[in-house]
Amino acid sequence: MNLHQRRYLTNRVALALSLSAMAFGIFWLMWILWTVLDLGIAGLSLDLFTKMTPPPGASEPGGLANAIAGSAIMVGLATAIGTPIGILSGVYLAEYGQSTWLGNVTRFINDVLLSAPSIVIGLFIYAVYVAQVGGFSGWAGVIALALIVIPVVVRTTENMLLLVPNSLREAVYALGARKWEVILKVTIRASKAGIVTGILLAVARIAGETAPLLFTSLSNQFWSLNLNEPMANLPVTIFKFAMSPFTDWQQLAWAGVFLITLGVLAINVAARVLFQEKR
Amino acid sequence: MNAVAEEIAAPPLVTEVAFRNFNFYYGKFHALKNINLEMSRRQVTAFIGPSGCGKSTLLRTINRMYDLYPEQRAEGELILGGKDILSRGTDIYDLRAKVGMVFQKPTPFPMSIYDNIAFGVRLHEKMGRGEMDERVEWALKKAALWGEVKDKLGQSGMSLSGGQQQRLCIARGIAVKPQVLLLDEPTSALDPISTLKIEELITDLADDFTIVIVTHNMQQAARVSDFTAYMYLGDLVEFGETEKIFLKPAKKETEDYITGRFG
Repeated sequence: MNLHQRRYLTNRVALALSLSAMAFGIFWLMWILWTVLDLGIAGLSLDLFTKMTPPPGASEPGGLANAIAGSAIMVGLATAIGTPIGILSGVYLAEYGQSTWLGNVTRFINDVLLSAPSIVIGLFIYAVYVAQVGGFSGWAGVIALALIVIPVVVRTTENMLLLVPNSLREAVYALGARKWEVILKVTIRASKAGIVTGILLAVARIAGETAPLLFTSLSNQFWSLNLNEPMANLPVTIFKFAMSPFTDWQQLAWAGVFLITLGVLAINVAARVLFQEKR
Repeated sequence: MNAVAEEIAAPPLVTEVAFRNFNFYYGKFHALKNINLEMSRRQVTAFIGPSGCGKSTLLRTINRMYDLYPEQRAEGELILGGKDILSRGTDIYDLRAKVGMVFQKPTPFPMSIYDNIAFGVRLHEKMGRGEMDERVEWALKKAALWGEVKDKLGQSGMSLSGGQQQRLCIARGIAVKPQVLLLDEPTSALDPISTLKIEELITDLADDFTIVIVTHNMQQAARVSDFTAYMYLGDLVEFGETEKIFLKPAKKETEDYITGRFG
C-alpha cells in the first residue's frame, strides 16, 4: 500500500467515523421530535388554549390556558428584567473591564452563575424570597428565571463585542468620538445580531426550565395573572401531569411538551436566520 | 511678471505639523528616537521604511491615537497649527476633528452610506438636514465616490466593494473638514485599480488638506508624495523632497532601501 492509498483510506475512515457520530446524534433527536409530535399533536385542540388545567378526574376536557399565559408572563418579564442588566454588564466586561481586577472577578462569577444548576437558583430564591414573604409567587418565578437569563446574555454580549475588530473602534475614535459614543453608536450596532441571538437563546432556555419554578412560582390550577400569587406555567404543569395516573392529564402534558418544543424550535430558527443575515 | 507667475505656481510652504525632539515609547521599548521633522501645509508627505521601523507609530501620534493605550507615551514637542498638542490642555476630541485618519483595512460603520459620512460631522457640528445633505454630497464628491453611490445613500456602507469602502472612509474623514489627513497604508488591502483611484484622489485632496501617508510601496510614495521620510529602527534617517530622496539620496542607507538592496 503506497502513501497515496494510505491517505485515501485514512480519509475514508475519518469520514465514516464522523458521519456515524452525526447519524447517532440525529437518530435520538429525530426520535425525540417524533415522539413529541406523535403524542402531543393528539392533544392539540382549541380547548388547549381556552380552558384551564382540569382537576383530577374531571368530566369535561381541560386545557392549558392558565399555564400558557403564566409561562408567557414569567418568561417575558424575566427577559425584560434580565436583558438590560445582562447587556450592560456585558458592555462593561468587553469595553471597560477587559483586564481590570473588577472585570476579571465579575467574569469569573458570571461563568460560575452560567454553569450553576438551575435547581440551585430555584432553591436560592426559595430561601431568600419565598420563605421570607411566606408564599410561592409569580414574582419569585420571574426573579429565578431572570437570574438564569443574566449570565447567558452577559456572556454572549461580551463575546460578540469582542468580535468587533479593534480597527473599527479606532476608526470611530479617530473622528473625535468619546468612548460612550463609540460603544453606543458603533460597537453595539456592529454586534446587534449576535446580542439578539444571545437573548433569544436565553429565552429558549428559560422557556423549558422546571426546577427553578418548582420552588418559586409553583403552579396554579386556576386563571390568575396576579404575580403575588402562585402562578401556573407549562414546565411545572407538564411535570405534575406527566407523572399522574390520569390519561387526560398525561395527554395535556404531551400537548404542553409539544408547545414548548415548537416554541423553542421557532426561537432557535429565528436566532439562526438573524445571524445569517449578518454574513 | 515672471516672478508673479512663479509665485502663483508655487506658493511658499507653510509648516503645518512639526516634531521637535520627539520620542515615543511602548512601555519600556523606545520606538521613536529623537525625531525632528516638519511637514508642510497642503503637501503630501510619505513615511517609508521596512516593517517595524516606526512609520505607523509616528503617524498615529499626530491624532494622539496612542492615548487609547495606557502603556504608550510620547515625549518632546508635536506642533500642530502653532500649538504643542502633547501639552496637557489639549482637547483630543477637538484635535481629532482637525486631524482625520484612514486605516489600512476599510472600516465602514454598520450604518447607511449617508450616516457613515454624517457620523463624524454630527460629533462636532450641529446642522440641519439640508446643510448635512450638502456636506455629505461634498465629501463624497471630494472622495470621487458620489457618482457610484448617489442613488443608494440609504444602503449599508458594508455593501460596497473594498475600494469603494476605502473611499467612503476617506469621505468620512474629510467630511469633518480637517486640516490634516493621515493615511495608514490606505491601499495595501486593495486591488491595483482601486489603488490607482485612491492615488489619484490623494493628489487631488492635497489641494485642500495636508496629507501624511504611510506606505510599504516605494513606487506609491514616489508617485503621490511631495516629501518623503525614510525611517529605520525608530530613527528618521533622511527627509526631503521626494524627487531628491528617490534620485539623489544623501545617505547610503536610504539608497540601499530605495534600490531594493535592503528591506
